[in-house]
Amino acid sequence: MSVLAVEGLRKRFGALAATDGVSLTVAPGEVHALIGPNGAGKTTLIAQIAGALTPDAGAIRLMGRDVTRAPAHARARAGLARTFQISATFLDMTARENAALAAQAFARRPLNPFGAVARDRALNAAAEAALAQVGLAGRGDMRARALSHGERRALELAMALAGRPRLLLLDEPMAGVGRSETHRLTETLQALRGTVAMLLVEHDMGAVFALADRVSVLVAGRVIATGAPEAIRADPAVRAAYLGEDG
Amino acid sequence: MSLTLLAVQALNGLQLGLLLFLIAAGLTLVFGVMDFINLAHGAQYMTGAYLAVFFYGHTGHFGAALALALLAALALGLVLEALVWRRLYDRPHLDQVLATFGVILILTEGARALFGPSPLSLPRPEILSGAVPLMAGLNYPVWRLAIIAAGLAAALGLWLMVARTRLGMQVRAGADDAAMIGALGVDVARLFRAVFGLGAMLAGFAGVMAAPVLAVEPDMGDGVLILAFVVIVIGGVGSIRGAFIAALMVGLVDTLGRSLSTDVARLFLSPAAANDAGPAVASMLVYVLMAAVLFARPQGLFPARAG
Amino acid sequence: MRAAAVLLALAAAPPVLEGLDAGFWVVTLSRALIFAIAAMALQFVLGRGGLVCFGFAAFMGIGAYAVGVAYANGVEDALVAFPLAMLAAGGFAALTGLAALRTRGVHFIMITLAFGQMAYFAVTALSAYGGDDGMTLWTRSTLGGFGWIEGRWPLYYACLGAAAATWALLRALGASRFGRVIDGARQNPGRMAALGFDVRRAQLAAYALSGALGGLAGALLANHAEYVSPAYMSWHRSGELIVMVVLGGAASLGGAGFGALVVVALEEVLAGWTQHWRIAMGLIVLAVALFARDGLAGTLTGALARLRR
Repeated sequence: MSVLAVEGLRKRFGALAATDGVSLTVAPGEVHALIGPNGAGKTTLIAQIAGALTPDAGAIRLMGRDVTRAPAHARARAGLARTFQISATFLDMTARENAALAAQAFARRPLNPFGAVARDRALNAAAEAALAQVGLAGRGDMRARALSHGERRALELAMALAGRPRLLLLDEPMAGVGRSETHRLTETLQALRGTVAMLLVEHDMGAVFALADRVSVLVAGRVIATGAPEAIRADPAVRAAYLGEDG
Repeated sequence: MSLTLLAVQALNGLQLGLLLFLIAAGLTLVFGVMDFINLAHGAQYMTGAYLAVFFYGHTGHFGAALALALLAALALGLVLEALVWRRLYDRPHLDQVLATFGVILILTEGARALFGPSPLSLPRPEILSGAVPLMAGLNYPVWRLAIIAAGLAAALGLWLMVARTRLGMQVRAGADDAAMIGALGVDVARLFRAVFGLGAMLAGFAGVMAAPVLAVEPDMGDGVLILAFVVIVIGGVGSIRGAFIAALMVGLVDTLGRSLSTDVARLFLSPAAANDAGPAVASMLVYVLMAAVLFARPQGLFPARAG
Repeated sequence: MRAAAVLLALAAAPPVLEGLDAGFWVVTLSRALIFAIAAMALQFVLGRGGLVCFGFAAFMGIGAYAVGVAYANGVEDALVAFPLAMLAAGGFAALTGLAALRTRGVHFIMITLAFGQMAYFAVTALSAYGGDDGMTLWTRSTLGGFGWIEGRWPLYYACLGAAAATWALLRALGASRFGRVIDGARQNPGRMAALGFDVRRAQLAAYALSGALGGLAGALLANHAEYVSPAYMSWHRSGELIVMVVLGGAASLGGAGFGALVVVALEEVLAGWTQHWRIAMGLIVLAVALFARDGLAGTLTGALARLRR
């Protein structure tokens, strides 16, 4: 059973069909990259899968469960985690607090009104583990605002992994990140391969070809090709879509 | 309830609705273009009424009083914009709420200090006083018909302005993205001033029109402001069309509700209990309507902005 | 430790004031403590939660009327009336919160304002309980038949106890997991939902609790004034409560209590000078909004920092 199954998704904004009958699947443990020129509708598609936008038609299934109209938090509990294109960490909290908050969502009593959360050993331990996993061990006491852009991206990833998701939605994780930190992020994602399925939206082709098992190409709201990275690289329709764009 | 009485109440509801539209239109425009929540808008309505009373006292002529009151209301709106509102455009809504609340206190108590707490009245102009027969056994006051006509004319004028004039185009564009049109060379400060001035005049105009039928007192702006908010929430913030339709809905529901509620309550309760429960329920009707609309459509019926 | 010092000072206030022949100020201080309870409760949803509620006075008013209605029907025991007040106010908060919390930003402000007015008008129409004129309570609430808050000092210490308990409760809540969720929901509700938190449920719980505490303040107010009136729920009151929170620094729980003290004392002083004290109040509110946005403490430290340069 696919971890994610999108069937015939449609979304219009007035006269613009941002999503025009998109279908794709993500298998367990697979890294599925989504690429396409600017304006192809990648952000809209991700928003619908994440639950931030309601599709006009079609279905979205998570582990076989229909979540087309489910609210975002229900999808998170069903095993979906995401990172945001524009870093969405809590800037006034420390890195550890950010990670602890992410872990809290999956703790036994996430809204517990008793007990001082700052001294919560279980949450702090989970937070430290998550930070270590993305290479931020020792940076726990820094305010998120004081972290570098790349470190904040890593923190976002740590937060997404806190609930041991089945599917990771990565919305341009390499955007604006410097070369060495891109390398580190790619290594971190490589290490995760097989443990969690990923739908990776990216422009950085190096990362895409290093990580992806399959690639889907989105143009004008439609998937024009799906297949192994090398096949996609050689596909004439894909080359036309990209090279035609650049002229 | 007889058909005549129902017709009268329906017309009253229409009148209230159009009065509310005049006030809500300014409020929703200011919000749509400047993202500014102006609690003091009700006080502008109140000052319009007081200004009319003041000028009538000095000129003895309704038309002159109306014209002078409108000019003074416009002037007051522009002064407030220059002194206070201008500093708040980029501030969070909480700051705007506090500042406009402060201004309400100043204006309301100021009116009380200058004119006293007792209700004042403004006589209707000669040619528009009295009543006309609309149907058999139904005489309706001419002035209330004048309010309805004025409200509809203002609605038409606003629609034409927004849809057909350059100012209207700037208003529509500004509602989408004020920073953008500033970058395109539009004098945004002047646009904001124009929108505020227009809103102040509409509210003041509503105050002058309402003065002959309602009591002119310092707190008159409060109730009307809350209803205007309900109208905007139901109609969709930033939408003039939404404000128009919602204002008519609110006016009719409130008026008809109040006149029918006690009778309806009598069907279920004893006369004594109904006399208590009827008005209580009537006063809550528009809010229940608002809550119901919100439940189905949190952005209102005709939201002007996407987010 | 600062909290303990404040508590000690407030506990010592009545005998000190009596000694200074200013015993009447104990009455004003009681009133300030009552509004401090409401202001702190509002701070939790407004300052921590980021929800600008402009109808909080309704919760106080409902609490006051619960006591009044119970009294009118022969129930004077605080053990019944006070929980009733909190339940009624909290229930109203929960019900209106269900609709209001579906919205954000300006919509939320306008809706809470509207619901507050709805309560005001509904109560004004209840002629059986005084309608517009309100209702007098000839005795204060009793405790097992005993007049435990008759008299200036007993009521004062009851208010102080309630205020201290409210502060402690909200402090602990703020430091808990629940508090962090409320914080996160203020900063980025979308992110919180993506993490798996049911933001609306958390905010509704906070809103209802806050309302219940407002009801407690209202119950005390009814006893303090020995009178209940629809004016307790007016939106002017709601505005004043917001001023109290902002004056103390919207991010500070204790600050809200301090803001309440300042506003209550200020109104007392201004009203003694002129009948039109609201103009002065309006100017002060306007000045706070324009220049002292971070509260008095924040503005003072800012000014001091600028002087040092």
